[in-house]
Amino acid sequence: MAIFIQQLINGLTLGSIYGLIAIGYTMVFGIIGMVNFAHGDVFMVSAFIALLLFLVATTLLGFGIVPALFLVLVLGMLITGLWNWTIERTAYRPLRGSFRLAPLISAIGMSILLSNLIQVIQGPRNKPVPPMFTQVLPLFEENGYTVGIGYKQIVIMVVTAVLLGLFWYIVQKTPLGRAQRACEQDQKMAALLGIDVDKTISLTFVLGAALAAVAGVMYIMYYGVINFSDGFVPGVKAFTAAVLGGIGSLPGAVIGGLLIGLIETMWSAYFSIDYKDVAAFSILAITLVFLPTGLLGRPEVEKV
Amino acid sequence: MTQANTPSSTEAFDLVQAVKDAGFAGMVTFGLCVPIVAFRAEQDMANKLVLQQRWWMALVITGLVIVARFLFSLHQHSRRNDHAQQAPAGTSSALALIKPYLAPLGFGFITIYPLMMLAIHGPSGSIKWIDNFGIQILIYVMLGWGLNIVVGLAGLLDLGYVAFYAVGAYSYALIATKVIPETFPFLGVWAFWICLPISGLLAALWGILLGFPVLRLRGDYLAIVTLAFGEIIRLVLINWVDFSNGYAGLSSIPRPSFFGIPFNASDTGFAAVFNLEFSPIYRTIFLYYVILVLSLMTAYVTLKLRRLPVGRAWEALREDEIACRSLGINTTITKLTAFSIGAMFGGFAGCFFAARQGFISPESFVFLESAQILAIVVLGGMGSLFGVVVASIALVGGIEILRELDFLKEVFGPTFDPSQYRMLVFGVAMVLMMLWKPRGLISTRDPSVVYKERKAISGSMVQEGHG
Repeated sequence: MAIFIQQLINGLTLGSIYGLIAIGYTMVFGIIGMVNFAHGDVFMVSAFIALLLFLVATTLLGFGIVPALFLVLVLGMLITGLWNWTIERTAYRPLRGSFRLAPLISAIGMSILLSNLIQVIQGPRNKPVPPMFTQVLPLFEENGYTVGIGYKQIVIMVVTAVLLGLFWYIVQKTPLGRAQRACEQDQKMAALLGIDVDKTISLTFVLGAALAAVAGVMYIMYYGVINFSDGFVPGVKAFTAAVLGGIGSLPGAVIGGLLIGLIETMWSAYFSIDYKDVAAFSILAITLVFLPTGLLGRPEVEKV
Repeated sequence: MTQANTPSSTEAFDLVQAVKDAGFAGMVTFGLCVPIVAFRAEQDMANKLVLQQRWWMALVITGLVIVARFLFSLHQHSRRNDHAQQAPAGTSSALALIKPYLAPLGFGFITIYPLMMLAIHGPSGSIKWIDNFGIQILIYVMLGWGLNIVVGLAGLLDLGYVAFYAVGAYSYALIATKVIPETFPFLGVWAFWICLPISGLLAALWGILLGFPVLRLRGDYLAIVTLAFGEIIRLVLINWVDFSNGYAGLSSIPRPSFFGIPFNASDTGFAAVFNLEFSPIYRTIFLYYVILVLSLMTAYVTLKLRRLPVGRAWEALREDEIACRSLGINTTITKLTAFSIGAMFGGFAGCFFAARQGFISPESFVFLESAQILAIVVLGGMGSLFGVVVASIALVGGIEILRELDFLKEVFGPTFDPSQYRMLVFGVAMVLMMLWKPRGLISTRDPSVVYKERKAISGSMVQEGHG
């Protein structure tokens, strides 16, 4: 039981990170119906940005860890947003109205480009970050096994919850969110009503990237190491989360993320840690084949 | 970028706007570069990260982008004016003139290529040229042609093609190192020739197994599921150590024999039988011709299939799935045949790969390999056989040639290794290709079936349905 609760805590932490990335996939799919294959690599770039900003803040500017993290979070979201804006503007927007697979192929190219660009300019080796918030808060003890929640796990869950709340407010209550939801339903009609569709799509990419940047900061904090090839697997897992939750649905992405995080940690704890990625990939295949609408998604009606 | 152009008048070049655009692009680039290019984190002796500042690099990149954006404005302007003055010409006449000779010339060249290299570089110097250039490029040509059946003809985006390559390679490696020596030792020298069809069949079987549940999915979902399957196969190969020896891979895989005569220095070896001096070059040349024949077979089968009803059904399926279904084409069977035939050629290539290397490990079958093969098909113009050849030569051979150029080392420093940039080039090329010509380099293709006279169809004129 104690191990189960410990794994539950670990799984929810990991799940928050996947959920944050999954939102980027689901929003982009919702608005332009495209699988943004490069999103996992945008997440990886954001983690590198966070790493470098953190080093700049702590070593060059002499900030403490908490203000440095705050600065990294804000600046990281802005710069990653700019990255994704540029990617959308150059690689995806000109392809709107091109043939069906063109945006996906362009996104695959962009994904290869991003990971190899980072390899070239930052080097192929792992980048370790000094560990932070290493204290663990003990919760209870059972048969000599102490269940604890790490301070960084608390930070991750709190920051994720706060930012998801903020994001929820933006999508539900602001004019931008309204425009975004309108474009999702019917782009032509939204344009007729005076909504700048291109701008809304760009902002969707920026929002998705900002949440991926939060995930990047959390990832660096949690694992303490980043590599140029670390975008692919979390990206596919977050996509699995988005599909499992029902692609296009925002609460679905968060629920899917938490589920994938839980499944992964439970699988590693009780079955085999070697096959944890196989489990995630299998869930992706099984969901797409047997439950293509996911848990909360709308069925897609094909019109001729 | 896509302003409506007025066809009648030539407009003046808007310098202010161009400068503004270039400045904006520069500002964005500098913003992108700020942490990620201007700083580099490197480990010191104590394994601690220290920052290096490289502002000059960020400034250089920004400058380059500003210049490029400005030139792009100029180019757009001149192109608009050209459009206004004259209608776009048809296919260039020079190309049309040499076109009939292109195929026999190219064919002749690839047939005598190893002998030419042998004559130029001698027996020991030519191995590199035949192996690194000839065989390496031909493997990618064959993989490209195999994937072309799936992506180019049937329009199914397969991101896990490397899985079938792996199935072929592991089939050969396991059968030739475990099954044959234990049960049929007298077949030893024939191992490659027996396993070649078996690997192809096994790969095709896997194509059917994996394809059956997923082929009713939409295009991009299908792509993701094939990617998942490719990764699952690779992860199983890594973790199932008893079966595949995990990360360590399988080694001492038997090399192919010259139809029963092994390539070794013994009395019954190839060199002794044909009264030649022993040299490893003979095996390399032989391998070159094997892969050449295998890839030509792929091309031949593709061309033949395109004329059969199943091939026409593939192309119809690519253009409009809903129309296909309403005309009574069984889309599942049609997709499945494309998938399994494509997989079969992947299996042949895998078998050859294992026999050529003598060693395989899961490292050779990562997702990037799939992406690389896909890039070759996409850049070559989906559905075009000739395009795949051009793209393989440019992307696989081009990087190899860059490695040979010594003066680049003097320009970029002694640590310059172009293979580091190889995948970067692939990525950039894929994006640019989609922007510039989504249908690929060679987008004009001959129709499979003609009535009275042959007309070329430009890919850009083909409307694609969705489904």
